[in-house]
Amino acid sequence: MVSAFLCVFAVLAILIAGNATDHLMGVHALLFFSAIVAWLVGIALWAGKLGDRDPFDETEYEDTLVKFGVAASMFWSLAGLLVGVIIACQLTWPNLFYFEELGWTNFGRLRPLHTSAVIFAFGGNVLLATSFHVVQRTTRARLFGGMWPWFVFWGYQLFIVLAATGYLMGITQSKEYAEPEWYADLWLTIVWVAYLIIFLGTLWKRKEPHIYVANWFYLSFIVTIAMLHIVNNLSLPVSLGSAKSYQLFAGVQDALTQWWYGHNAVGFFLTTGFLAIMYYYIPKRVDRPVYSYRLSIVHFWSLIFIYIWAGPHHLHYTALPQWAQTLGMTFSIMLWMPSWGGMINGVMTLSGAWDKLRTDPVVRMMVVSLAFYGMATFEGPLMSVRAVNSLSHYTEWGIGHVHSGALGWVGFISFGALYCLTQWLYKRKSLYSIALVEWHFWLATIGIVFYIVALWFAGIMEGLMWRAYNDFGFLEYSFVETVEAKHISYIIRTVGGLLYLSGALIMSYNLIRTALGHERINQPTDANPVSQPPAAAELQPAE
Amino acid sequence: MSEHDKDIDQPTGVETTGHEWDGIKELNNPLPRWWLYIWYATIAFSIGYMVVMPAIPALPGMGTNTRGLAGQSDRMAVAEQVESLRTQRSASGAALLTASLEEIETDRELQQFAMASGESAFGDNCATCHGAGGRGAKGYPTLADDAWLWSGTLEGIQYTLQHGIRHEEDPETRFSLMPAFGRDRLLERQQIDDVVNHVLSLSGREVDEAASSRGADIFAAQCASCHGEDGAGDRTFGAPNLTDDIWVFGSEYRDVYNSVYDARNAHMPAWGERLDEATIKSLAVYVHSLGGGE
Amino acid sequence: MGLLNNHGVFERHSLLLTIGILITVSIGGLIQMAPLFYMENTIEKVEGMRPYTPLEVAGRNIYLREGCYVCHSQMVRPLRDEVERYGHYSLAAESMYDHPFQWGSKRTGPDLARVGRKYSDEWHVDHLIDPRALVPESIMPPYAFLAEKSLDFRHIQDDLKALRAVGVPYTDEMIENASMDLRAQVDPDIYFDEQDALVARYTEASGREGTVQIRDFDQDPDRITEMDALVAYLQMTGTLVDFSTYEAEDLMNAR
Ligand code: HEC
Ligand code: HEC
Ligand code: HEC
Ligand code: HEM
Ligand code: HEM
Ligand SMILES: [Ca+2]
Ligand SMILES: [Ca+2]
Ligand SMILES: [Cu+2]
Repeated sequence: MVSAFLCVFAVLAILIAGNATDHLMGVHALLFFSAIVAWLVGIALWAGKLGDRDPFDETEYEDTLVKFGVAASMFWSLAGLLVGVIIACQLTWPNLFYFEELGWTNFGRLRPLHTSAVIFAFGGNVLLATSFHVVQRTTRARLFGGMWPWFVFWGYQLFIVLAATGYLMGITQSKEYAEPEWYADLWLTIVWVAYLIIFLGTLWKRKEPHIYVANWFYLSFIVTIAMLHIVNNLSLPVSLGSAKSYQLFAGVQDALTQWWYGHNAVGFFLTTGFLAIMYYYIPKRVDRPVYSYRLSIVHFWSLIFIYIWAGPHHLHYTALPQWAQTLGMTFSIMLWMPSWGGMINGVMTLSGAWDKLRTDPVVRMMVVSLAFYGMATFEGPLMSVRAVNSLSHYTEWGIGHVHSGALGWVGFISFGALYCLTQWLYKRKSLYSIALVEWHFWLATIGIVFYIVALWFAGIMEGLMWRAYNDFGFLEYSFVETVEAKHISYIIRTVGGLLYLSGALIMSYNLIRTALGHERINQPTDANPVSQPPAAAELQPAE
Repeated sequence: MSEHDKDIDQPTGVETTGHEWDGIKELNNPLPRWWLYIWYATIAFSIGYMVVMPAIPALPGMGTNTRGLAGQSDRMAVAEQVESLRTQRSASGAALLTASLEEIETDRELQQFAMASGESAFGDNCATCHGAGGRGAKGYPTLADDAWLWSGTLEGIQYTLQHGIRHEEDPETRFSLMPAFGRDRLLERQQIDDVVNHVLSLSGREVDEAASSRGADIFAAQCASCHGEDGAGDRTFGAPNLTDDIWVFGSEYRDVYNSVYDARNAHMPAWGERLDEATIKSLAVYVHSLGGGE
Repeated sequence: MGLLNNHGVFERHSLLLTIGILITVSIGGLIQMAPLFYMENTIEKVEGMRPYTPLEVAGRNIYLREGCYVCHSQMVRPLRDEVERYGHYSLAAESMYDHPFQWGSKRTGPDLARVGRKYSDEWHVDHLIDPRALVPESIMPPYAFLAEKSLDFRHIQDDLKALRAVGVPYTDEMIENASMDLRAQVDPDIYFDEQDALVARYTEASGREGTVQIRDFDQDPDRITEMDALVAYLQMTGTLVDFSTYEAEDLMNAR
């Protein structure tokens, strides 16, 4: 089925490659075609080796796919963070990190590579892996759709490769967090619809009467991202053989659509998706019940309702009509408590098990991630106040805010989930080394502090310098003076990024050794019991 | 909550909802009060704010959005702010407009004011070409020395700023065109080499004597009309002094060769449209004070 | 809390949950976005806006391709310091033909909404080739390769057609002559008649004299390079609207 479906696309790709009017499109069509051929060959080889084994045995969980997801997450996190460090270096030492002959390594092309790699490649794979894991365990059902989950996984990787190579070659729609061109967007739409159907299908098959709260969050993430993606990417290709397209909306309408999308990419990709992770892995890891069912309900519905309205806070004081800005500001303020609902529910789940914070650095990582989540969702409403935004907008403060959410919240909760998943899926008593998790935790935490403190400082300074007047009533600083003044902060940020990256490297090493079954002696033995209770009788975890 | 048997969580003593997923249960804790009250407060504030500020759009065909009780508008507000800043400055600003440039330079207070204004405008408009403090860059003359292309007097500088140099849209712009002797085949390559040697010798550089003396004749015939018999330049054409070893377009042999081969005829934008009169006057005072004002 | 007890319905029916989510997340977007398409005071009435010339379109596409928008905003906010530093605050009308918009979200470099005609072409070329040669403190990347690369405008007509399809009012004539118009705008020494035609077409669309700048923008008369197109685009930004006829005081424009 999947293969037949893909054959159609292979033919399409070849047609487009043949008729490409620009060579970039040709390159991408061929890339696409090769990926599909690789899939078909892979399937054939795999099927040949199956023998009598039923690959879709309904009595087993589909866990191999989750393992692939963990590996992909690990790989893309390193790639994305590395590019982050590179672009941080470029802004700090432009003479060393720009290469005249290599135009494609310029900041303008690498920055979207960084944002897409960390959000969609790293974050997206974490969400795929964990959602497939969580939905199976909490419904006691195998993933719906046989081979289709694999299609979603590989189709998504193909999308990432199309996007990333596209940026380097200069293919972009220039819409932040939605830069891939029309054909990549279409491909993602197909993959995403398949994802939604698999997720819903698994819910249909469930053997639990109720749907667990983590799955509400996953579902809202999948559904809303589909809506956002489709509307924000409405565009008309110059021709079917051209990589270039023009946006359907222009100017002010396009701006609001973009930030309706951009803000809710934060809200539904980086928030509800990762809250879903939180709702499974924290209670599971500390072996305690979720703090408040009622809070779950109230904060879930209010969060998703209010988030959608907050987009115009990215457009304060622009040519967007002021009434829309007012709505953006007020809804952002009303969003504060619904956001904190998730934090409260997560942190308070530790009631009765606070000692785990000390003994298990994985738990500590996830709880600290909630602290950063709380911080970012307090800072966000603050920055949405128009008077504050007139200072913070366009400055490094925004970048600092992004990374306290991204490094602290998204990064840490993901790392926590990856540690759990690796240990549980490979059925290890403990991770390879708890000490290395401690190292990871501290390096990364110090890295984040360096990063965000430096940028708060730079951002507020820059904002104040832009509007500073001298005694005679004239602007005090020229623009380049503000650029110069940020140099020290840029250095500190780069160091912070390096620390964070080295933490992720340590994690990867630790995860690989864990997967290989290595174990360090002299570990505190009680630190990490396998907190996986026996699965329900009829579904033995796969192996 | 009586549909299910009470299940009490041991450590906390709180009732659970009775469901369980993969070993995870949910407690039936109430909503934290402080949480709820802060939320209500934010909602109350927001509603108030929406009443005061423009906030609610209209349905199709039903006019425009609500304007709010405060009748606030960013665009009106900024117009007022700029206006009030202008009035605040205008005490000195008006004096600046009527005073002659010389008067400005001698009146201490006025001069300080003009310098503050000039320095501010210089940073974002001029320093990009002429460097911070007028230090210059290759192709963009240093303003902090006493070598002037067109004029180093206050009035002259003001005129330059007002109308620009070779700024074609301004009919009164400072204008002259050095011929592109190489590109337009007015001189052979060999001849250019000769005249360049001669030009370099004018500022005391070591050159090939034979070439230089051949170049002297060419210079007299082709260049002296603008740069002067002795190469000391002519301000009426903005033709630079070639004897002072100060070079706008670089001092290497290649640079000078290119100047003669292609002719530079650089442009400087006219600022009359972008900046107001007081600012231009202040800039003139500022530039004049940088080092070489005449 | 009675309401909360009924939540079980959503927890037992995945389809209901899905539909509930979809409705909940649709409301805010609809209320904010739809009015922008029908309310009259969304886009100001101005004189001078016109569709971009083919050369400007090509230059704009290079601006997007190189990701200039990640460092440069094109949106002067109505704040005192910005109006003084960059010029008149930006109007919605000024980006009405921008598919997509380029307002940006970060100012690592200065705002470019009004950079048009501020500097000379030479300066732009010098600066793009090596920003630190002119501004030693700059952290902008070098774009020397743009001056080496010939502009590929074989399909410029398709670009204009696509833009017309999404709402930019290009006339048949503009589309037919796209390729010639592009050449005429950079090559001042050969195409005299074509230049007149180009100016006439776009001046009529603009309703305002002098919005079409015709020059060899990159100082390399032998070739049409990507640098030509990019500089032509930069020199146009923020110069189209006639602010002498713009009624800032009008309540519709104050918004
Ligand atoms: C786009 C680049 C550019 C900008 C911006 C610029 N200039 Fe210039 N300016 C030039 C060039 C090039 C020349 C030399 C023209 C020539 O060679 O004749 C020049 C010449 C001058 C001169 C004449 C020097 C002389 O020796 O006669 C003055 C004075 C001057 N600029 C002042 C300013 C001031 C003040 C500003 C800001 C309001 C400014 N410039 C902005 C490029 C620029
Ligand atoms: C029509 C007048 C004119 C004639 C004739 C002329 N020049 Fe020039 N020259 C100028 C002007 C004006 C400039 C300044 C151009 C600018 O600032 O952009 C200049 C600049 C130069 C420079 C660059 C100076 C620097 O500081 O880098 C050199 C070298 C030079 N001329 C040499 C010559 C030589 C040699 C000849 C004859 C073969 C010659 N010029 C003929 C007007 C003339
Ligand atoms: C890494 C960030 C970065 C990128 C990417 C970047 N710039 Fe810049 N740009 C700057 C900085 C910083 C300045 C201020 C210092 C200077 O003048 O070089 C600047 C200045 C400018 C200026 C002068 C503006 C003024 O009013 O003084 C122009 C024009 C410009 N850039 C155009 C571009 C174009 C076109 C691109 C893309 C091809 C681009 N920039 C890409 C950072 C960047
Ligand atoms: C209550 C929650 C939040 C609110 C109200 C909020 C508000 C804001 C505001 C006002 C801005 C600045 C817009 C500007 O001036 O340009 C911003 C930017 C941003 N925020 Fe948040 N924020 C919240 C939570 C988060 C979280 C949890 C993340 C997680 C990663 C996040 C990621 C971002 C990103 C990526 C941007 C940059 C967008 C861009 O300009 O490209 N935010 N947010
Ligand atoms: C090693 C760690 C990292 C470093 C050094 C780093 C560095 C950077 C730099 C230099 C920028 C450009 C800022 C600018 O234009 O001024 C940036 C932007 C951004 N990064 Fe990171 N980054 C890191 C990790 C992450 C992670 C883990 C995420 C998300 C999960 C993330 C999300 C983003 C986003 C969304 C932006 C765009 C912000 C905006 O447009 O407002 N980064 N990063
Ligand atoms: Ca896209
Ligand atoms: Ca941004
Ligand atoms: Cu936002």
